[in-house]
Amino acid sequence: MTAGSNGKPETAAKLIVRGLTVFYGEKKAVGPVGLDIVGQHVTALIGPSGCGKSTFLRSLNRMNELIPGCRVEGEVRLDGDPIYGAGIDPVAVRRRIGMVFQRSNPFPKSIKENVAYGLRIGGIGDERDIANRVERALTQAALWEEVKDRLNDSAMGLSGGQQQRLCIARALAVEPEVLLMDEPASALDPIATAHIEELINELSAEYTVVIVTHNMQQAARVADYTAFFYLGELVEFDRTDVLFTKPNDSRTEDYITGRFG
Amino acid sequence: MIRASHSREHTNREYEGELRRVREHLLLMGAKVEDIIHGSIRALTDRDSMLAEQMIAVDRKINQLEMEVDELCMQVLARRQPVASDLRFLTTALKLVTDLERIGDLGVNICERVLELNGEPPLKPYVDLPNMAREVQEMLHEALDAFVAGDIERAQRVIARDKNVDAYYTQIFRELLTYMMEDPRNIFRATRLQSIAKYLERIGDHATNLGELVVFMVKGKDIRHAGKLGDNS
Repeated sequence: MTAGSNGKPETAAKLIVRGLTVFYGEKKAVGPVGLDIVGQHVTALIGPSGCGKSTFLRSLNRMNELIPGCRVEGEVRLDGDPIYGAGIDPVAVRRRIGMVFQRSNPFPKSIKENVAYGLRIGGIGDERDIANRVERALTQAALWEEVKDRLNDSAMGLSGGQQQRLCIARALAVEPEVLLMDEPASALDPIATAHIEELINELSAEYTVVIVTHNMQQAARVADYTAFFYLGELVEFDRTDVLFTKPNDSRTEDYITGRFG
Repeated sequence: MIRASHSREHTNREYEGELRRVREHLLLMGAKVEDIIHGSIRALTDRDSMLAEQMIAVDRKINQLEMEVDELCMQVLARRQPVASDLRFLTTALKLVTDLERIGDLGVNICERVLELNGEPPLKPYVDLPNMAREVQEMLHEALDAFVAGDIERAQRVIARDKNVDAYYTQIFRELLTYMMEDPRNIFRATRLQSIAKYLERIGDHATNLGELVVFMVKGKDIRHAGKLGDNS
């Protein structure tokens, strides 16, 4: 067993992606992509707008199916289980692979009910159980200390950074194995961003995190692995420390050094 | 040939200009260092004390440039967060100036010995010492060219030449030893000449460092201390 780039032992691939291609109508948006996402590590997806990184991210928990005209080819396996295929429930997939979006989107409910929402939908009715799970999720999202005395206040009264951590808590409450994050800090100020980045680092001890970011320094800071997408193609995938010091492909080099233009 | 100097320019032209300024400063510093080595050896062979004094003054300009390059690199690191080839270029630049500055100091040391020697009658006609100096100057010149062109092969040829310099040093040392054994009155001058040979040998080592840094800058592969640190691949 070799040490990973963050000092943690290398874990096996949590998500195995093979020949994944996503079409919007007749137009190919991204692919074919082959990639192994290592468990309990952070993988960042970077690339210019329209490169297909967000489309790729959404295809990892079948979120693209909600978009009309979208079609996916190839396979994604989570711990060996295919997530695409006849008879596989996308809702069950999304329970194992949660997602956090660019804009925090709390429901117009109390802080507690935001986090409890997924649990209630999932059929958990015991209030004591829900309270425990809410506390655990809020603690994991590094929000508990700030909100424990006002759990019944509206979530809309929280700051932007707190709202985003609330959404992370909501995603964590149903105890997923993988957390997908689509530019989770792009609408936040630097301090709130630093909180989110620290949180991502902590979460990777337990969860597998895949994050899309426009901020290359953010990828360099938080990710153990980085994948560079360009024009719908996965150009390069490597350990972050390698990709940001000696990338293999000249397109990666041009993009990360700011030579595109 | 792999080139480190990017054919593509930065989208941000101000950033591009800052990197160019670092490069220009480095090259100016390199030219001054070449001057000082060339001048110090001519001061020795021509017994020209005035030239030796002039070269010592050039070193002050080199020291000034070293600080300017350091400052420029710090500014770019702080403001641009460079990555990949830009990061390797800047970290290389920071090390390159240290080697160049040391070479300048060794040039000054040569001049100081020359000034001492010029107060005495010549010990012997110089043959090996100017040849050794030429070898060292060429190494330095080639290393700087390799840096400009991002030329790994040229850098590696510089590294390979260091053994020639070492051979010259051994040869010169042995010869000076015979002079000293012949007549103790030769010792003052012979030890000065031996020091100069040692300075040149050290300059060869610094030129070798420059070559190794160029290889790192271009390939991202550290070839220093090869085989001396055990397996660090």
